[in-house]
Amino acid sequence: MTAPALKPEEYFIKEEPYYEPVGDEIEIFQAAFEQKLPVLLKGPTGCGKTRFMEHMAWRLKKPLITVSCHDDLTASDLVGRFLVKGGETIWVDGPLTRAARSGAICYLDEVVEARKDTTVVIHPLADDRRVLPIEKLGEIVEAPDDFCLAISYNPGYQSVLKDLKQSTRQRFVALEFDYPAAELETNIVARETGVSHEIAAKLVKFAGMTRNLKGSGLEEGASTRLLVHAAKLIGTGVSPVAACQSAIAQALTDDTEMLAAVSELSSSLF
Amino acid sequence: MARTRLTFDKICATLDRCLDVEFSFLKTEQPAAIIAELDSDQQGYILEWVQRVASTNIQLSYQFITQATAVLDRMDRGIIEAWALHAMDMYDQSGLHAALNVIKSVDKFVQLSHERTAGAVFEDNVGVLSHFVHGLSGRQLKLAEADCVYTDTETLFLPPVIAQLQTTQENFLLYKIMVAYLWAQTRFGTFRESVSEALQEESDPQQFLDLFHALDSVRLEACIERELPGLHRELNRIKATLQADCSTDPSWATQVEELCAPDCDVATVLRLTRTAKGKDSPPRTLFYHGVLDIEAVETVMAQRLEKEKAQLRSVLRQIAEDMQDGEAEDSTEQKQFEANKKADPSQPEGFTIELTLQDQPVPIPEVVNRLTTSIVQDLGDIPDDYLQAAGEGEYDPALFLEKEVDPDDVWKGTYHEEGAFLYNEWDFRRQHYRKSWCAVREKDITPVHDDFVRATLGKYSGFIKQLRKTFEAMRDEDRLLKRQVHGDGIDIDALVEALADARDGSEMSDRLFTRMHRTERNIAVCFMVDMSGSTKGWINDAERESLILLAETLETLGDRYAIYGFSGMARKKCEIYRIKEFDEQYDSEVRARISGITPQDYTRMGFAIRHLTQKLLETEARTRILITLSDGKPDDYDNYRGEYGIEDTRRALVESRRAGIHPYCITIDREARDYLPHMYGAAGYTVIDAVYKLPLKVSDIYRRLTT
Repeated sequence: MTAPALKPEEYFIKEEPYYEPVGDEIEIFQAAFEQKLPVLLKGPTGCGKTRFMEHMAWRLKKPLITVSCHDDLTASDLVGRFLVKGGETIWVDGPLTRAARSGAICYLDEVVEARKDTTVVIHPLADDRRVLPIEKLGEIVEAPDDFCLAISYNPGYQSVLKDLKQSTRQRFVALEFDYPAAELETNIVARETGVSHEIAAKLVKFAGMTRNLKGSGLEEGASTRLLVHAAKLIGTGVSPVAACQSAIAQALTDDTEMLAAVSELSSSLF
Repeated sequence: MARTRLTFDKICATLDRCLDVEFSFLKTEQPAAIIAELDSDQQGYILEWVQRVASTNIQLSYQFITQATAVLDRMDRGIIEAWALHAMDMYDQSGLHAALNVIKSVDKFVQLSHERTAGAVFEDNVGVLSHFVHGLSGRQLKLAEADCVYTDTETLFLPPVIAQLQTTQENFLLYKIMVAYLWAQTRFGTFRESVSEALQEESDPQQFLDLFHALDSVRLEACIERELPGLHRELNRIKATLQADCSTDPSWATQVEELCAPDCDVATVLRLTRTAKGKDSPPRTLFYHGVLDIEAVETVMAQRLEKEKAQLRSVLRQIAEDMQDGEAEDSTEQKQFEANKKADPSQPEGFTIELTLQDQPVPIPEVVNRLTTSIVQDLGDIPDDYLQAAGEGEYDPALFLEKEVDPDDVWKGTYHEEGAFLYNEWDFRRQHYRKSWCAVREKDITPVHDDFVRATLGKYSGFIKQLRKTFEAMRDEDRLLKRQVHGDGIDIDALVEALADARDGSEMSDRLFTRMHRTERNIAVCFMVDMSGSTKGWINDAERESLILLAETLETLGDRYAIYGFSGMARKKCEIYRIKEFDEQYDSEVRARISGITPQDYTRMGFAIRHLTQKLLETEARTRILITLSDGKPDDYDNYRGEYGIEDTRRALVESRRAGIHPYCITIDREARDYLPHMYGAAGYTVIDAVYKLPLKVSDIYRRLTT
């Protein structure tokens, strides 16, 4: 059996991705989409930004084209480039251009990771012009009404090098995400993985402990995603302490002292 | 080849030399006779260690001979060495008397070291334990060593070693239980009611306090069972191992039931204590419950509450100002915030605090969150007067800032190590570190706003222009790479060639693309400037001129750099002078500080390298460089000269290199070739033969180093 291969702009999410709203983010996103405004998602890693985008793509019935940005991502990785084929050069659209031509949602994940010159190419798409000039082709792509641009970034990395330029961030409607409140997070973990409510509550409590350690040894506390990982392991019969160690502690840090402390915390809790 | 046994005479001669008998008048015949009895290997061993100990103190070494020869047969050499080193550490810390005690009671040391191998040692575990306690909710608690187990609500005091149980793991567990118990005292509000007031009404305060402590422990263990069930299981297991009689008398059953209820608070405990005092067979505390130091708690708590009230109200004022930003309202009016309790069963108090101002929700910054948590922990609630934004100038911010100790004051108080960074120093004769030997302090340089900077810039104006050009050329290294396998654009030249090759029947290259290559310079460099007395005069001028030129060129280059001066007089007065820190702008203040560099005392180098290595490690950079500007070999008032100084400096450089830093030395000492290769390695230094050339050379050397 071969896995079905689809063009990104033809790929629609069929089943509703599970998403538990924390505030009014769904309504705001919907309103921004209707008003053709681009959206910026802020929040720590693993708190549900990408899941939210999938959910919105399903809700709006639009294809979702995700680009995970990295520090070597160039403008042509987004817009497109010439390739050589049979003695001729042919143009190949990049993901941003595809989305702009077909009217899809283009989601640039962790946009601050991309080089500064790269983020500038989204500017004309992100204001009222809504066009994408393609210099190398001498074309301007006018985005249809159902095109939507969303970017995400994690303000937690407080590095001067990894900050979003004002000229970029001031074009977006910003939605702030954070880890959900304890009760809601418990529900999410239980619902997503099928573990008992009690185990989920303990995991959330454990996450709270690691979040207390943020700043005094850990860069970041355990995210909801890590809790889901641990809960999935526990669901298959792995002991909770071992699951917390492999799925959470080891994912958070390499520092042996910190690992020992986190493991002491989980063994105290379970 | 087996060594031949030394004769009595030879041993005598060696000992005489080691122990300096001409001045110390020690009798070496008797120990020499004992050593002469040993086989050659043992002789060599003992004599080597006698020499190493003698480098610290001769009396100590003399005692060492007699003791060591007595235990040589029955003791592992590793232990003997640890014992000798421990004695030398004791000498460094507490003097000859304490060290002699260590030497004389070798058996006690052995017992202690057994305890230390099976037991858990505070020093080794403090890292893990403090992360552990930070992970538990609430105020950030500190850990410290003390003779008994107690807390003052900010610090948890724990014993230096725990060796009650068989294995290290179990002893560690005891530490963990103590930490969790003391944490529970602060977290579940043992000190929310004034126990001292209650004690005043009692005829037998001590008995009352004991009973209160015991009953409160019952309550807290129930809290721990609910909060940390895993730990509670371990606790029960440990109790069983220790066979601690922890069962309460059946006649106390009703009280225990009340204490274990989830809504039991400390007021209930006090009430129960009052009603039940004098009853037979009361519950008792166990050793890990420690003691209650009510006095310490109340002093610390009173201070903290006052400080936190001031901090909270000041922050609230800030928030209020931010919120009404733009509104033309009378800002002299003090804002009253409201605290709303939002039910949150995950908190011990059962709620989290949300702040509102005139019914508007207020975003809570991290600092406010920390303060409200701590206040609620102390008082169980936030009183209204805490929520009133501070009036204009009501609090002097200096009141509640942690005061940094002025290094000069500390020095005047003679030999206070308070607030100083302590660094080890390598003693080559001992072949071991002297622990926490150097007390290092950072000091400010008095800036001198004079004509020096302008004069220097004028004197070298042509040279600076030239330097800028060279350095600017280094800065921009973006270039278009051609003939790449992947890239943004097509390399037309390569494509044409490849097509021609294909027609021709040759193999076609796949390197057809161009790619923009950006090299980002990511360098942090720290300059360590010799400020010893010997630089007085033109060397000092040359150093200052070099620094001005360097700073000018580094500004064009955009590398991160810091400049520190160093000097010292003996190990207790090691000083680092801040001239420019990494995140500081190169402004007139920094220029004035460079101008204000004046020669100080001696050249102790090890501590400066160690301290600046730490500084460099704290900054983020791919390449880290430590450049020393110096005029001579390491030298200080106490023993820090000759081989000792050179070996310690070399050791410090080895440590620095191991941490991933590239040390380099620029010196004007013409004899430096004798010792610098030993310290910095053959390629790690430059000797400048004439002082006046220093400013001209330094930038050039820097350019070569970093390209």
